[in-house]
Amino acid sequence: MAFRDDLRRVRAIVWKDLATERRSKAGFNSVAALGITILILFGFALGPDVQTLRDAAAGAIWLSALFAGVLAFNRSYQVELESGALDQLLQYPGPRWVIYVGKLVANAIFVGLILVIVIVVGIVLFQVRIPSAWPSLIGVLVLGAVGLVVLGTFYAAMASRSRAREVLLPLLLFPMLVPVLLAAISASKALLVGDIMQEAGAWIKLLAAYDLIFLVATLWAFEYVIDV
Amino acid sequence: MSSAEYTIEVPRSGHWVAFGAVSIAALAATQIFSFLTSPPDMNMGQLEKILYVHVPAAWVMFICFAIVLVYSLRFLWKGREEDDLLAAAAAEVGAIFNGLTLVLGMIWGKPAWGVWWVWDARLTSTLVLFLVFVGYLALRAFVEDPQRRGQWSAAVGILGALNVPIVWESVSWWRTLHQMPSSMQSMAKIYWVGMFLNFGAMLLVMVYFIRRRYEAAAILRTAEHAAQAVALGGNE
Repeated sequence: MAFRDDLRRVRAIVWKDLATERRSKAGFNSVAALGITILILFGFALGPDVQTLRDAAAGAIWLSALFAGVLAFNRSYQVELESGALDQLLQYPGPRWVIYVGKLVANAIFVGLILVIVIVVGIVLFQVRIPSAWPSLIGVLVLGAVGLVVLGTFYAAMASRSRAREVLLPLLLFPMLVPVLLAAISASKALLVGDIMQEAGAWIKLLAAYDLIFLVATLWAFEYVIDV
Repeated sequence: MSSAEYTIEVPRSGHWVAFGAVSIAALAATQIFSFLTSPPDMNMGQLEKILYVHVPAAWVMFICFAIVLVYSLRFLWKGREEDDLLAAAAAEVGAIFNGLTLVLGMIWGKPAWGVWWVWDARLTSTLVLFLVFVGYLALRAFVEDPQRRGQWSAAVGILGALNVPIVWESVSWWRTLHQMPSSMQSMAKIYWVGMFLNFGAMLLVMVYFIRRRYEAAAILRTAEHAAQAVALGGNE
């Protein structure tokens, strides 16, 4: 089965990327530390009034995860470029989307872990009260993280191989992520105060639609991006 | 990569000078027409005159970005370099009209709302759209290899265009208390006439601008192809 072979290739790439991360650890630890630092800076900008902090918690946590995540996306290709490994990766048999999905899953795990750390620290620092509807909140986190990682992995494939990659990735990525951020922040905010206005559902639908549209679009377009 | 003898046909631009003169003259004429014919608005007074540049600029901006989408798709499909250059030219002109829309909106907003900027849904979406295409142009500036630049910017252009309705929707949900475009429906006929005439004239200006940017890019690429051919020693 050709498809099963592709899945094995995906798994191999995920494993390779995660093994590289695990062996160095420095990358993950410093990105997580950066996420926490950004949270503290948000605290300085907004605090020390507890109610203000609580109101802004959802936004601060999502933005901290975003800024930390951007570093992860470029790193994911940077390690390939340093030793010319990308050229070899492209020589292996199998379709191009396999490389994209492999990177995507590895990045999702990486960013997911960062998000967990940032959220735990954020809950403590911003004195967030955990609502009874926390399962929906986890759904929002997953959908938001997927949106972040899909476009992040896709745009990093270009930005990391251009001049001025540090500027180019956020410049391309952040405006594209506006719907994800608005939806994720608004839905989290609504759920944190008990969703009185019943608006979280609409935002979650928007997030799901966004994820689906861009997953399909990037799977299609990746071939044109990685081959040149 | 294309072969060394591949050239882009650089079209003669003689007619286009006349076309440009006509379109600028048309824009001046339609502006004068609508200034003379339209009475001051009941609520906004003479302020309504900005309608004749602001709204057509916004429409032209959308047309430009539709051109980017179509020619980016066509470039990925057929691989013709001309399509890439045309998409880039349309993106540049679109960004200009996008900036114009924003600035004109702010000039209108200051007397109407009392502030230069409000987090209104349309204003915010237009700004996000502007940033998406600034990213597109930055990407083109940072990548030298033409094939890579073409494919990458086509992908960015297509995803950017795909994002326009989603940004639009999400921002208006986020900011539901905005000025509805309903003032359009209640508009007197004479305002409509002025607006459409100006739109037509601005469309001509857009075509002229895109054409000129495309010509410049095509000449540049032809020169690069020639230099490459000489460097390869094939063109004696």
